[in-house]
Amino acid sequence: MTAPLLEIRDLKVHFNLPRQSLLGPRRVLRAVDGVNLTLHEGECLSIVGESGCGKSTTALTVMGLQEPTSGEVLYKGKPLNGPGAPSRKQRARIAQMVFQDPYASLNPRQTIGSTLLSQLKLHGLASGSEAQDRVAAMLKRVGLQPDHARRFPHEFSGGQRQRIGIARALMLDPQILVLDEPVSALDVSIQAQIINLLMDLQETLRLSYIMISHDLSVVEHVSDRVAVMYFGHVVEEGDWHSVFTRPTHPYTRRLIGSVPDAEAILTGARGVPDGVAIPSGRSFSPDISIRRDPGQSSEPSALVPVGSDHRVRLAI
Amino acid sequence: MSLRFNFALGLALVVLVVLGAVLAGLIAPYDPIMDADLMNSEMPPSWEHWMGTDGQGRDVLSRVLYGARVSLTVGLISQLINSVIGTALGVSAGYFGGWWDDLVNGLTNVMLAIPSLVFALAIMAVLGPGLPSLLLALGLTNWSWTCRIARSSTLSLKNQGFVQAAKTAGFGNFNIMRTQILPNILGPVLVIATLGIGGAVLSEAALSFLGVGIRPPQPSWGNMLSDARELIRTAPWAAIFPGLAIFATVLGFNLLGDGLRDMLDPHMRTRTA
Repeated sequence: MTAPLLEIRDLKVHFNLPRQSLLGPRRVLRAVDGVNLTLHEGECLSIVGESGCGKSTTALTVMGLQEPTSGEVLYKGKPLNGPGAPSRKQRARIAQMVFQDPYASLNPRQTIGSTLLSQLKLHGLASGSEAQDRVAAMLKRVGLQPDHARRFPHEFSGGQRQRIGIARALMLDPQILVLDEPVSALDVSIQAQIINLLMDLQETLRLSYIMISHDLSVVEHVSDRVAVMYFGHVVEEGDWHSVFTRPTHPYTRRLIGSVPDAEAILTGARGVPDGVAIPSGRSFSPDISIRRDPGQSSEPSALVPVGSDHRVRLAI
Repeated sequence: MSLRFNFALGLALVVLVVLGAVLAGLIAPYDPIMDADLMNSEMPPSWEHWMGTDGQGRDVLSRVLYGARVSLTVGLISQLINSVIGTALGVSAGYFGGWWDDLVNGLTNVMLAIPSLVFALAIMAVLGPGLPSLLLALGLTNWSWTCRIARSSTLSLKNQGFVQAAKTAGFGNFNIMRTQILPNILGPVLVIATLGIGGAVLSEAALSFLGVGIRPPQPSWGNMLSDARELIRTAPWAAIFPGLAIFATVLGFNLLGDGLRDMLDPHMRTRTA
């Protein structure tokens, strides 16, 4: 296997919460608590989990929009955070992001063209008519018309806006695209179009995706690998196929069980296999949602392999 | 009444006042200071003196026209200073947060706690009367609302996708504040500013009325009101017309501000191509 394109090492993002009383204990929300992830070139890594599990915070840290409390993010072995990190401008060529809400992700007072052009100008990639051509080509690439560049965001539908959001993210030819719930704000009929567009783009542009989603059915078609996050930890991680066919952690099973599947209902086939081999002397980490106390740190174990590319977190 | 009508009325009033101020030297029938005629004092409105004469026999219309210059200068320039200070502080505080935000917030609260007119009065007492000190006194005391509005708007904008996207695209903080945040808070800031112009016109009138603003015999609507105070029973027109001028100016700017806010709404805008 080649060296990873992006590596997240023991990432922790903690937020200080206000004290409940004047002399109360200092409370800390451990949004991300020791996450290790790798992204290889050309693959799509999905991070799934319910809201509040830290998946978006992880994504924001990758983008440099959130400072980690500790841990590091490495791009081709070089750190993206801490001292010696690349500048915001250098970083922009590495990774870009597609945001969840297509209505809030475009400046209502800038035309689409000027939003896209300003990036080329900032980075000195193209100017004049060449820049115009590149904008037009990008709009065509994401399924829009070149003359849409003259329009303002409010003249577009949600699906079109998300296409513009993708165009903006691709303008600087990044290696990595972080997709934060890219379709969850869209109609179901539009979702498939956007997912197909993303898959086409990944293939033609050799992009690597980190896709954040709470909805397994959305990422099912795109993902190569998947990491299931639960309260700041990765509880199960691995090849998409093996995680889906042999979900091992109870939380993953619950998550997969929550996806309506007509075939499974008809045939009863979508099985979660029983009797997964748990290494002796270990058990799954207890459901921390029940005793969730921000001040109390849970003691996670390392991820234990249960397959060739399939790891699951157990409690010691 | 439709918004369009309100805007048109506001624009008409403001244009009227601006024209009066600019063309005062051409259209004023008398000199506002020198043409005092004690024989003709306290004359009611007539064909010779459309707004009557004041206690010293000076033409009220001419003085109202020249007074517009003072009022507009003070209103526009002091509010411009306020808007620039308030927007710069508010946007930077909201955008950066942290200790800078705490400091700006504290300062804003202090400014809001001190009655601005009293504060302006104190500054005038130190600097002495006159136009430059008026501009400074009113320009430094009324930025707190602009600052608050700018800060809260910035707070709600800075976590939106397009601001985050500008960051990930590599734009610098100053650039983001200028191109992403400022255009989107201009509407509310402009509305506050137009209200503020009206407020500054009133404050100027109040300070001049109290005798620390524009010194007589230089006409300003405030000191005209002050002078006319004793004549209110015998020559009410000497007080009514400068009062009406203040009223019309403040109303005009308020209506104009409301109209501008609606026109700046991007949903009203379409492709210019």
